[in-house]
Amino acid sequence: MTMTEREQLRYIAAQAADARVNLELETEGMTLNIGPQHPATHGTLRVLVKLDGEQVVAAEPIMGYMHRGYEKLSEMRTYPQVTTLINRIDWLGSFANEVPFILAAEKLMDVEAPPRAQHIRTILFELARIANVVLFLGDMAVQVGAITPVFFAFRDREHILNMIESATGGRFHPNFDRIGGIKDDLPKGWIEETRGALKRIEAFCDEMETLVLGNEIFQTRTRGIGVIPSDVALQYGMSGANLRATGVDWDLRRDAPCGLVYDKVDWKVWTHPDGDSFARYWVRLQETREACKILDQLLGTIPAGPIMAKVPRIIKVPAGEAYVETENPLGAMGYYIVSKGELVPFRLKIRSASFSNISVTPWLLRGVYLPDVITILASLYFILGDIDR
Amino acid sequence: MNVLANILDPYWAKTIVRVVGALAFAILIAGTLVYVYLFKAVSFMQSRLGPMEAGPQGSMQLLAEVGKFLQKEDIYPTKADRLLFKAAPYVVFMSTFLLVLIIPFGPDAWFANLDVGIYFALSVSSISVIGILMAGWSSANKYSLLGGLRAAGQLIAYELPLVLAVVGVVIQAGTLNMQGIVGAQANGEIFGFGGIGNPYILTQFVGFAIFMISMQAELTQTPFDMPIAESELVAGYLTEYSGMRFLLFFIAEFATAGVFSAIAAVLFLGGWSLPGLHWESLGDVSNVMNVVGPLVLIGKVMVLSFIIFWVRFTFPRFREDQLQRLAWKFLIPISLVNIAATAVLKVAF
Repeated sequence: MTMTEREQLRYIAAQAADARVNLELETEGMTLNIGPQHPATHGTLRVLVKLDGEQVVAAEPIMGYMHRGYEKLSEMRTYPQVTTLINRIDWLGSFANEVPFILAAEKLMDVEAPPRAQHIRTILFELARIANVVLFLGDMAVQVGAITPVFFAFRDREHILNMIESATGGRFHPNFDRIGGIKDDLPKGWIEETRGALKRIEAFCDEMETLVLGNEIFQTRTRGIGVIPSDVALQYGMSGANLRATGVDWDLRRDAPCGLVYDKVDWKVWTHPDGDSFARYWVRLQETREACKILDQLLGTIPAGPIMAKVPRIIKVPAGEAYVETENPLGAMGYYIVSKGELVPFRLKIRSASFSNISVTPWLLRGVYLPDVITILASLYFILGDIDR
Repeated sequence: MNVLANILDPYWAKTIVRVVGALAFAILIAGTLVYVYLFKAVSFMQSRLGPMEAGPQGSMQLLAEVGKFLQKEDIYPTKADRLLFKAAPYVVFMSTFLLVLIIPFGPDAWFANLDVGIYFALSVSSISVIGILMAGWSSANKYSLLGGLRAAGQLIAYELPLVLAVVGVVIQAGTLNMQGIVGAQANGEIFGFGGIGNPYILTQFVGFAIFMISMQAELTQTPFDMPIAESELVAGYLTEYSGMRFLLFFIAEFATAGVFSAIAAVLFLGGWSLPGLHWESLGDVSNVMNVVGPLVLIGKVMVLSFIIFWVRFTFPRFREDQLQRLAWKFLIPISLVNIAATAVLKVAF
């Protein structure tokens, strides 16, 4: 019997004792719907919580309010058309959604993108990570009650979005990755401007470290709150920064760098042993800095050469199955493509990180106070499009 | 005697002056704080401009907002307790209005010069709890209910350190009268040096810190804004309110911030008087101070309320139990020690 199960039993015993007290005082619990329309859930997640006073007795996340059926829709679209759809899964780091799908399709077709394309892919992949996580760094503070940091986050994310836009033509939904390479080469002067934008992000990280992370109220609200032990996190299939914040040293960028050039860069995987909300914020802050470091090295070493491999004009993927998983801003994201050798995928299964990350909430939210429900949900950092697809 | 009161001797004339004057002050100070701090200062902190379209630098934005609220449909929830729902904003606003009455603006410029001035202020400031509980309960909304109950727990917990912080001042001044406290500061001396009087922020700095923290909690501003807690409880007890009634809550919130700052200015910063001004009795003070005094007080109010809004837009919020722990385990013991120290020093010197 693991430690966590014993804790659960103790918790159930405490609940039973409470229930007896409640029986004597003739009190009754309250059921509260947090969402689907609620300022804290950025999207339409509904959390059904049963409250005893302000303490949560049971919590259940109910998803599906924004299900768009991308897996089914993909079966009616050609491979280049699918990237338009899957851009909208994690809408804050759109480019990162395209990469694993394209890599899986390339694996089936046995095509490899030229080194320059791989390099630029990795750069845009990391820019998407920064654009995504920077917003978390501000938004988490809003959920804890500080309003100002999110304005700084929006202000500095704008520079990254500008760089993504000038390279790809799309601010939010680049639709830039192609089977066999990328759509266009980088524009002139882009590398220098991106370095300038990264300087701003580094300054933003320092600012958040003092304004949010160093704030004592923030620490009392997050330290020791929403603790996920590493074995529980693994059992629930959590991934990404949420998993690394529990102390598990696991990063697909380092462990399975298929088609991306992380092995050519000197970088570090950050972990935190605590597994609480504070650890999740800390790990993401360090990862944003690390992403700046990775980008700084990548921008200096872009190889010359073509940006597209030789692929037929009309793409038909040979029959077979392929699964590719990458370390996306929200965690491990994978695409399982089943092809029958036609223009469209026969079946596409999307493994998105938030769906697994959010499934830990019924276990995690039992016994916490109502304000902590919000901070824990915020620190798990889900994006509704990534849950519902 | 009050100059105006001499002219308008009859009882009702005095009452009208008090009601109109106090209402005007409450609304003007609320408008000033909303525009200067909520619209502009905070916008600059958050690297944006704030309202810019209505009038030069958006200065007419307030009129636009009030116009918007007045146009809105008068809505109440089907299951609401209508009488309580309608009455709640007035109860909250009444508490603010009664607080304005006891503020001295100058040697003769006051609405009511009560002998128990500060005691009266601390009592009537609690009335707003009833209004907030009424709003929370009558809205027939779970978020409102949670917000109302949180507000009740919080406001009652922070009454104590607020009162205890004031006790130190009252011991030093030897009076509960607000004019008396102003006079005691202007004519007082710190260990024999009386050049600038004795603004109690210098000798009662512990009391001032506790008063400011408790005030922040009384006003339900961040880091103590759990009753509203927009990311958890939607808008707490305000969730179901809109239009005119929301406007009343809104004015009351900011007017109370201004009025509490004024009380803090009177208690700790010397009120309407200037450093270096001394008098034997209030009649000796130059009549000019009836004009300059209110401006001095407003200046001090703006400084203190800047601190309130600066903190409000910088810090995250506590959790309800952490807030209670702060009040009962830290603020109240410290203020008790402060009272004991003040009393000992008062007897010793």
